[in-house]
Amino acid sequence: MPELQQPENSNPKSSERVVSQTPSQIAAALQREHPEWVAEVITALGETTVIVPRGHIVEACSFLKSTPGLEFNLLSDLCGFDRGPEEEPRFEVNYHLFSTTKYHRLRLKALLNEEDTHLSTVTAVWRTANWHERETYDLFGIIFDGHPDLRRILLPDDWQGHALRKDFPLRGYEPYSLT
Amino acid sequence: MSAVANIPPQFEIVDQPLDSQMTLSMGPQHPSTHGVLRLELVLDGEMVVKATPDIGYLHTGMEKLFEYRKYQQGIVITDRMDYLNPLGNNLAYVMAVEKLLQIEIPERAQVIRVMMCELQRIASHLVWLGTHALDIGAMTVFFYCFREREKIMNLVEAASGGRLTPSYFRVGGLMMDLPAGFERRVQQFQTDFPQALDEFNTLVTGNRIFQKRTQGIGYISAEDAIDWGLSGPILRGSGVGLDIRRANPYTGYDKYDFEIPVEQDGDVWARYLVRMREMRESHKIVQQALSRLQPGRVKADAPKVVLPDREAMKTHMDALIHHFLLVAEGVDVPPGEVYHPIEASKGELGVYIKSTGGPKPARVHFRGPSFVNLSALPHMSRGCMVADIVAIIGSLDIVLGEIDR
Repeated sequence: MPELQQPENSNPKSSERVVSQTPSQIAAALQREHPEWVAEVITALGETTVIVPRGHIVEACSFLKSTPGLEFNLLSDLCGFDRGPEEEPRFEVNYHLFSTTKYHRLRLKALLNEEDTHLSTVTAVWRTANWHERETYDLFGIIFDGHPDLRRILLPDDWQGHALRKDFPLRGYEPYSLT
Repeated sequence: MSAVANIPPQFEIVDQPLDSQMTLSMGPQHPSTHGVLRLELVLDGEMVVKATPDIGYLHTGMEKLFEYRKYQQGIVITDRMDYLNPLGNNLAYVMAVEKLLQIEIPERAQVIRVMMCELQRIASHLVWLGTHALDIGAMTVFFYCFREREKIMNLVEAASGGRLTPSYFRVGGLMMDLPAGFERRVQQFQTDFPQALDEFNTLVTGNRIFQKRTQGIGYISAEDAIDWGLSGPILRGSGVGLDIRRANPYTGYDKYDFEIPVEQDGDVWARYLVRMREMRESHKIVQQALSRLQPGRVKADAPKVVLPDREAMKTHMDALIHHFLLVAEGVDVPPGEVYHPIEASKGELGVYIKSTGGPKPARVHFRGPSFVNLSALPHMSRGCMVADIVAIIGSLDIVLGEIDR
């Protein structure tokens, strides 16, 4: 019985996409080349997360942006997350990277302690990081060192506290308690 | 220096003679800022030296609210973000939750989702066209656009019961199936719409005042557009043919035949042309979705996630128990994190959800396209006239509900 050979690129739409590496392969290659930049690689739900030590985030970002074949030239999103006051490290900052030529996505993650919420800015790598970092500063109190204009963006300048922290109350100015 | 200590620097009165620079506050109650956007313009005569957007007037803490609501309750919050494209917001959110739960939704639900989203995209672009032309001085277009948009609003209302806040897409499928005769009504709209689109072209595209007001205004190069993270029609107006529906297909968009309109000029006029052609492409997709519509279920077969049918609840004990648990306790979502991007009418709408288990999310973040697109306004508006600012804001197609969240 003759074997049915599936011709390569039978779907004309998929041939338009130039996919050379999957995100998990990129993460593995990054770990091989710069092991000090990669603390952990997590692949789950079809997405790859690379946990980058906080001191290396700018180097890792500019490497991923400028290396041919990776070309993460667009920063889709940058957002913070508070694990809660009792957790250590407490804060996460997520960088969602996208390539307009290769169409692949990767998430970088930096972890921060509560005592030292400083992180280097990536505005020099992608200018779009400007407002994202201002938002993360506004809502989580994460300070991006070297940011050109680190002001509050959504809340007023004289607002007290950082609204998306888990210990910030949903309503009222004092934590609500029954006792 | 001001005598009062706590006055923010932008409100300090600086003595400057009028022949040098002057600071003008535009908005937040200016009709051409499309909501409550405030711009701080530094002017030299009538030329804009620097435009600084000031946002947050509509901030309602939606991302905080998500953390205190169950996953199903979050859907109604998404309606209120980009209120011109609520079905797109619904889609991005429910797809992110579905990715966390790893459930597949039936074919019919997917086709209806595509059809409704494309109708909504047309409606969103019609509001953009009407208000953009109104800002520039063409008043009649507004009435034509809202007449057509009303037809789509009626369709959305027929399907979901809501006009601006449909909440039609639910985790695992749709709220309910389409009403009887809906296909015929969509077909009627499909038959009428190309003629209306030709009318818009006659009204605006050949208008020499409109052309003079938009050509060469608000230029941004492809390289800068990517650097500023722009997406959607603005990026495609700068010559980058990127569309998430093609790049990272979702809801079966890879099975539809449509083109991605691209213009090279990178100005307000190019973005106008891209959106006008996009309406035609959306019209094409709706037609294909109509022909793909086959009878079938519109909810996934996942009793622990999807509410049971009304009839089943009356006859089956397990359906009643599932209904009670779903409403009282919610869906138990396993721990994990997802970022799900879709091509909304304004660009890349990404939803980041972090779950630590349980019925409520630990963090929901919306990457609104308007938020990122507006951040490039200072770059686009350098050296333009005050009147051009209005044209540029119109071409960005911002919705403040999504920017301020």
